[in-house]
Amino acid sequence: MEICRHNDQIEISELDPFLAELLRQIPASTSPDGVPTAEQRLFSSPTNGKEPELCVEWKQYVEPELRRLFQSATETVAGDLEQLNGNEKSLANRTLRIPAKHTDAWLNALNQARLVIAAKNNFTEGELSDHFRSPIGSRRDLSLFQINFYGFLQEFILRELDG
Amino acid sequence: MSRERRQGVGCRAQSKDTEGTTHVLDETGSVTTAEPTKETRSEEDLDLPWQVVVHNDPVNLMSYVTMVFQRVFGYPREKAERHMLEVHQKGRSILWAGMREPAELYVQQLHGYLLLATLEKIS
Repeated sequence: MEICRHNDQIEISELDPFLAELLRQIPASTSPDGVPTAEQRLFSSPTNGKEPELCVEWKQYVEPELRRLFQSATETVAGDLEQLNGNEKSLANRTLRIPAKHTDAWLNALNQARLVIAAKNNFTEGELSDHFRSPIGSRRDLSLFQINFYGFLQEFILRELDG
Repeated sequence: MSRERRQGVGCRAQSKDTEGTTHVLDETGSVTTAEPTKETRSEEDLDLPWQVVVHNDPVNLMSYVTMVFQRVFGYPREKAERHMLEVHQKGRSILWAGMREPAELYVQQLHGYLLLATLEKIS
């Protein structure tokens, strides 16, 4: 896989089917799927449970806005990922182009996905700091790899935004 | 706290952060900053009962957190990095202190970036 910036877009080229599939899983990975810890992480308390009146108003007025914001980012990413539609064979050496104006949506969706995966798997800080764990021997290992891969993409996008 | 106030309609707030830098939050959500002044503190300045706190999170990238602090508070990179490191090393950092309404708007923005942020009354 190669990743670079070309004019006003980020290009992720020479994608193998495995990484292409991980990319295609970003939108689905942002869903808490009813897992309370994941839901709580995306929509955390503004006061750590204190100030109950404020918390009620927050749930009523702010959470819906946050949901719309997160949904919008996920939809933008899902739209870009349509470039990767096709069967596994046709995914070999594919290129994904992310318009520069979509980078904020990508940062947000990647962050949603990483937080939700971490919450669902209840990863420890030690596991999350282990960026070189290999090989992938379980579903849990795969989830950790997914978090690190999405983090790598975030780092690249941030570097590009930094100029 | 009304919905309109939440969305910042007609809201323009000015407050000082923990280092005395003045921040103006306009109706578009943009923040402008000015260097600290040596003027006498008014009653409003003394009425600073809320602080915006960001808590450590092992998932969010350090570079991402720094970028968010720069964007939300208009902090220069060095200051944003200092706060990010404080969050990382001490578990929390006070990013801003001032009136409740702009503090709520800051926390809302930080939650939009998926940071663990809370609003605390200064005791």
